[in-house]
Amino acid sequence: MAVIKLDTGYNIGVSRSAVEWCERPSPPAAALPVVRQDADLPELAILSTGGTIASRVDYRTGAVTSQFSASDILRAIPGLAGIARYRTRQIAGILSENMTPALWQDLARSIYEEIRKGVSGIIVTHGTDTMAYSAAAVSFMVRTPVPIVFVGAQRSADRPSSDNAMNALCSASAAAGDLGEVAVVMHATMSDDRCAIHRATRVRKMHTSRRDAFRSIGMDPIGSVEYPSLNVSLADEAVRRGAEEAALLDRINDRCGLLSFAPGMPPSVLDAFSGYSGLVLAGTGLGHVRAEWIPALSDLIEDGTTVVMTSQCLYGRVCDRVYDTGRDLLDIGVIEGEDMLPEVALVKLMWVLGHEDDPERIRYLIQTDIRGEIRRRST
Amino acid sequence: MDYEALGLKAGIEIHQQLDTEEKLFCRCPTLLRETDEHTGSFFRYLRATESELGEIDRAAQEEMKLARLFCYLTYDTTCLVEYDEEPPAPLNREALAVCLTIAKMFGMTPIEQVHTMRKLVIDGSNTSGFQRTACVAVNGILPDNCRIETICLEEEAAQRVEGDTFSLDRLGIPLVEITTAPCMHTPEDVQAVAEYIGMVLRSTGRVKRGLGTIRQDINVSIRDGARVEIKGVQDLDLVAEVVRREVRRQTELLSIREELRRRNAAVDGEAADVTDLFAKTKSTILKKAPQILAVRLRGFAGLVGLEIQPERRLGSEMADYAKKCGVGGIFHTDELPAYGVTEDEVRRLRVRTGADEGDCIVLVAATRERAACAAEQVRLRAGMALEGVPEETRKMLEGGSTAYMRPLPGAARMYPETDVFPVTIDGALFESIETPDLLTDRAERFARELGLDPALARQVAFSERLPLFERALREGVRPTLAARTLLGTLRELARDGVDVNRIPDDEVVLLLQAVEAGRAGKEAIPDVLAELAASGSRVDAAIEKVAPSVTPEAIQAIIRQALAEREAFVRERGMAALGPLMGVVMKEVRGRADGKVISDLLKQELARFLAEG
Repeated sequence: MAVIKLDTGYNIGVSRSAVEWCERPSPPAAALPVVRQDADLPELAILSTGGTIASRVDYRTGAVTSQFSASDILRAIPGLAGIARYRTRQIAGILSENMTPALWQDLARSIYEEIRKGVSGIIVTHGTDTMAYSAAAVSFMVRTPVPIVFVGAQRSADRPSSDNAMNALCSASAAAGDLGEVAVVMHATMSDDRCAIHRATRVRKMHTSRRDAFRSIGMDPIGSVEYPSLNVSLADEAVRRGAEEAALLDRINDRCGLLSFAPGMPPSVLDAFSGYSGLVLAGTGLGHVRAEWIPALSDLIEDGTTVVMTSQCLYGRVCDRVYDTGRDLLDIGVIEGEDMLPEVALVKLMWVLGHEDDPERIRYLIQTDIRGEIRRRST
Repeated sequence: MDYEALGLKAGIEIHQQLDTEEKLFCRCPTLLRETDEHTGSFFRYLRATESELGEIDRAAQEEMKLARLFCYLTYDTTCLVEYDEEPPAPLNREALAVCLTIAKMFGMTPIEQVHTMRKLVIDGSNTSGFQRTACVAVNGILPDNCRIETICLEEEAAQRVEGDTFSLDRLGIPLVEITTAPCMHTPEDVQAVAEYIGMVLRSTGRVKRGLGTIRQDINVSIRDGARVEIKGVQDLDLVAEVVRREVRRQTELLSIREELRRRNAAVDGEAADVTDLFAKTKSTILKKAPQILAVRLRGFAGLVGLEIQPERRLGSEMADYAKKCGVGGIFHTDELPAYGVTEDEVRRLRVRTGADEGDCIVLVAATRERAACAAEQVRLRAGMALEGVPEETRKMLEGGSTAYMRPLPGAARMYPETDVFPVTIDGALFESIETPDLLTDRAERFARELGLDPALARQVAFSERLPLFERALREGVRPTLAARTLLGTLRELARDGVDVNRIPDDEVVLLLQAVEAGRAGKEAIPDVLAELAASGSRVDAAIEKVAPSVTPEAIQAIIRQALAEREAFVRERGMAALGPLMGVVMKEVRGRADGKVISDLLKQELARFLAEG
């Protein structure tokens, strides 16, 4: 089908055979307003990876794709200019399902460079699907004295109701604020009233489409940004600006997997992870897989794979000391992942294995809170 | 007025809600709710966005002069799609089928592949900031050489409750938009075409009925005037009047233009800050305003206050433009001194702005930012008066005059709805669609075949209760009884405050069948219906309560008693006593038996009584 745009603005589909090409006028070049920056404001770096916050219609496929550069974001959301001045840098232009651990590393290195250059804060625009993974990865890889804020949009930027503008404004305000850790800043409710500031290692996308899809799991958000005032308030628990020195710990071992167990799943599934350095299991309840898995898991561990148990429940702590299967899992060397989210445990495992190869050290680091990923107390 | 000589060209857009099970892009019912039934609310800001061609629509930009916060009411019959919190479901096939049926009835050609578009609407009536719409068919035929250009399938907008609060029950109900060519040349033509299209739509039996379910937008232009689109004419009887008043408005604006040109009028100079002149004014509006700006319009004196439509002046047009900046209105010297502004203040105003008697001065009073915006809008509209008639979208006011809403939208307000796949319309499927008879044809048939009075036949055919009427006939009810009950009795009861909508169709049919079977009298119908509406009970129970049926033996007893009590009268009158006696007995029986049965029995008994005498 050929798609024709009528004078009324409507598109209609017509058979190609019924269409005769006359000429293809080149689309008029849009006049781009100059982005003005206020030299008196703090400087933030916007690192763009793509995603809904900066997407528009692709005429070729008709689908929404990411194709804005970071400077386009500034042009699209003029209000940002009142909060800070910006350096912009494009790390990638991808939909977030195409993110890779190698790109996390690029991102972490770029962020570290920007911090070294002295910016007051970092904003990372990111597709929402895997934003929590990237935020957690950066959290482990970068020690930061300034806020590193991940932001995206759940509803495409090409709609007047998009949450992109408000999220971006709130993230800039948070990045210019007193925070000193990696966070995700997204709508807190269905209304345009405030954004929540979530700790990068405790946040999860909990809805496919709602604006307030991001939720802190097992803890309250570490702060919020009111809209439209953009006032930032931080919880006592939030790490403050300047609390730590900048450092880059960017090694990753990406031979790690995450497997969600389901009833009846055959042990042969584990064959796929043979030769892997690490495997996170999202088990049932307190942290279980069927008893038939024990020998295969044991073989995997014998062969050098680190296996960490987390729970599909998402809320609560793993405890493999209550039921028989759990005790068997501990016997063969499965590590309890405490109350870590399965995805965060995976990212952490990759990072730990990138830096350590001593099994006892690995076990210790996995079970120790490093970046707020483990809560010592379940409250 | 000689409309032909004026070069009147008019077209209409008819928006008709469809009566489908589910909404156009989600699975919610197409149910209107009372606002006090809402279960929650949320609020949002909307921002203008670029079309896929990189332009921002001028109408959308106009609405964006103010950053507005919109509040939305939610119900247990709305979902995340209406909240713009979930991508739309695929295009509702039932709605598409109704739309295609209508297209076929107008002899239109369907589009091979239907593409859903987003039409930018950021007045708050759509949570997303756009209305989803798809062009489904083109080129339809109307009587008198008129033509339909397109039929589109659209989602209905949210209903404004008040201010910037909207109710989401209506959002997403499917509607068809039928756009005619500008092929009408008198106000009466426009009304006739609107009526005809409405009749065809109702002939499908698949459209919603009642107030607000059909709306007309009217496009009007005259020679040297401009195309103006008037939105939301709900009352069909006002269509011709709206056209007449718009023609008058454009004619008046053109003569104002001629007069302005003769006077060498101009809109020059900047707006002047005159806040200090009104420091001690008695006008409360001016007194409390942080800033007052004056716009001098050279050569405009007397014309700004000139009536161009009932209750509307050139000044009202300027006020409409200014209101886009959030001001309440404007003052102009054609209507001053008044509203607490003194003659002395006007004189000083003229001195300050250097205006003479031939000039008109317009005042805007608001915060600094809003006043500057409003003054600019006044200058803009005044400048347009020198050109003649601006192209505009306008809204209808009570009575048929209109007010400015926004510039006519351009193609830039349309961009593809990428979340909805295009739908290919199968030619064979279109061929196989059966089109229903027109209501006018059905009215003729009812008169011809059922022996209904032509007026009643037409009433039945055009009534919302047509399906119920046809069903009653199928179930053995006589046409006249069905027609009189459905059109007469129910309407009268409704007028008397009975909530007839509470009576299920099934019960109405059962009642009519009971009457036909002699289990209830025709006379009892209103009481039984009222009982059904009040109690929600079943027909048999209602009959038993209001009009328990009486056996012929009981009627006989009543008749005999009546005869005995009036023996002298009956003997004197003989068989002529039948009429008066009928009244007495009927009153006693009160609809618990059919009049015909009573009359027959009475005749028998009376004859016997006289014979026995």
